[in-house]
Amino acid sequence: MDKTQFLLWVSLLLFSIGLLGLIVRRNLLVMLMCMELMLNGVNLSLVTFAQRGGSVEGAVMVFLIFIVAAAEIAIAIPIVLLLVQHRRTLDAGAYTDLKG
Amino acid sequence: MIENLLLVLFASAAVMGAVLMLVLRHPMRVALALIATMISLGGVYGLLGVHVIAVFQIMIYVGAVMVFMVYAIMLLDVRDPSFTDRYSALLWPGLAACTVLAGVLVGSAWQGAGPVAGATGGLFGVQPFSAVFLGRYWLYFELTSVLLVVAVLAAVAVVQIRGRRRAGPAADAEPALPAGAAAGQEGVRHG
Repeated sequence: MDKTQFLLWVSLLLFSIGLLGLIVRRNLLVMLMCMELMLNGVNLSLVTFAQRGGSVEGAVMVFLIFIVAAAEIAIAIPIVLLLVQHRRTLDAGAYTDLKG
Repeated sequence: MIENLLLVLFASAAVMGAVLMLVLRHPMRVALALIATMISLGGVYGLLGVHVIAVFQIMIYVGAVMVFMVYAIMLLDVRDPSFTDRYSALLWPGLAACTVLAGVLVGSAWQGAGPVAGATGGLFGVQPFSAVFLGRYWLYFELTSVLLVVAVLAAVAVVQIRGRRRAGPAADAEPALPAGAAAGQEGVRHG
């Protein structure tokens, strides 16, 4: 198998596993970590494409995704702390009355 | 030859860590599995020659994001059903939907599969990356700094909501912090 193809398969696997974890796990923090895993899968595909095409744009995009992930986690953790303080549970099933 | 071997090794370690994230029970172990996945991906990036991203993967993701996550797990030592029952009620629908999604993606990837051009080297050093990043994409760089400032402000606002709620009358009805966190704060106070 070609190296690029192999890495794209790996990134596909990482993204799918992250999505599956986000759906099936019930702990809020684990769900957040599965979202990070999905971002990592996308990053791997971007780096692979950038390296294959010989352009820096993909790497720049990955760097921007790093920063967005850091901002995301900086907001998500206080929100989780707020939720836990409210209901004293990390179980996502306890928050089903939150309808948007 | 050895590079390809190492690439397969790191990629398998990353996928193994991801699978462990699905089956492990305690969030701290899940976090350690995710850290292992991220470090393996850093190795993959290094082997691909994209050293800038490899360094930032370790520094930002493992060094900042995951350390923050580990702190949150240590703070929220809540013993609730999510620690014993791993999966939510969406286990079987989620599995079915992910199987369908993976099938579609694999099918489309299989159709588009073919030999690809070889890689170019030397483009992803710090110097060319920085020249492009701060030259052509300087506006996005500045926008990310604005985004980070907004994120910090939002985090502070959320913390202030917590403080207000704790000081308000609702705080008397139910304790503000979970038992583990409250015990941790007591420990800090006594320490």
